[in-house]
Amino acid sequence: MPVKVMIPSPLRPYAGKRDSAEFSARTVGEALGHLTTEFGELRKHLFTEDGKLRSFVNVYVNDEDIRYLAKENTPTKDGDTISIIPSIAGGIPSIADAMRSKFCHSERSAESALGFVSDNRIGS
Amino acid sequence: MADASALWISGHLAEKIRAHGAETYPFECCGALLGRDSGAVSESDRGRGLKTPAREILQLFPLVNRRDDSPRNRFSVTAQDVLEAEKAAREQGLEVVGWYHSHPDHPARPSEYDRDHAWPWYSYIIVSVQNGAPQDMTSWRLNDDRAEFSPEGIEIRHRATA
Repeated sequence: MPVKVMIPSPLRPYAGKRDSAEFSARTVGEALGHLTTEFGELRKHLFTEDGKLRSFVNVYVNDEDIRYLAKENTPTKDGDTISIIPSIAGGIPSIADAMRSKFCHSERSAESALGFVSDNRIGS
Repeated sequence: MADASALWISGHLAEKIRAHGAETYPFECCGALLGRDSGAVSESDRGRGLKTPAREILQLFPLVNRRDDSPRNRFSVTAQDVLEAEKAAREQGLEVVGWYHSHPDHPARPSEYDRDHAWPWYSYIIVSVQNGAPQDMTSWRLNDDRAEFSPEGIEIRHRATA
């Protein structure tokens, strides 16, 4: 019996709308490798350009977070379930963002680089 | 640029998001959007240039901002929070279709940090809160190539109820 990889809702459009896929794999990394080989569009959402799992991508083997096991080298056995669970983060521009924006758009004032511009307002 | 998708929400729920942003000011608020996608792009939406089926928000799942180190300019929702939001959605026959958060004293537009940490498919509602008072509210979806967000048109619909 192979390893089952559970695919979260936001990634299903890139995996033929499937909520899971099964692969023969000896480690978590191998299973994720098979997943992103079969569904190539998934790769950039799971991994950074240098091949590391993105910080907001959480991977569990059964109920264990692989960060507390052997990360992507965590061994898997037939019948295991690998779950990809999102965490969510965001926030307002940091000073670094604002400076980058300012340098990229040097004609803009520092104030507009910080984004003090009105957006669409909904009726209420 | 025309909005690529439409997000339907009741005035009541939109007001709850704004109130949550005011309540947690000067810190960021956050929560899950529970709802569903309509099955297909309607003829009228197609005529307006919309490419994806409209998405309806039917319930909110307010969460505690886990970024207690920098809650004024960051929010964080843990994997455990996500699982609890998904469970709440399933119990109501819905799914988690997005997330909302506030930008205290900043405009309602996604930051580079927002984009870098975003998932595709989800709707990201941002409410600007200026000096404690909620202002603009916008919604965004990450493009497939992760390079930028596309705006999502928020439409207040009375048939979407809490």
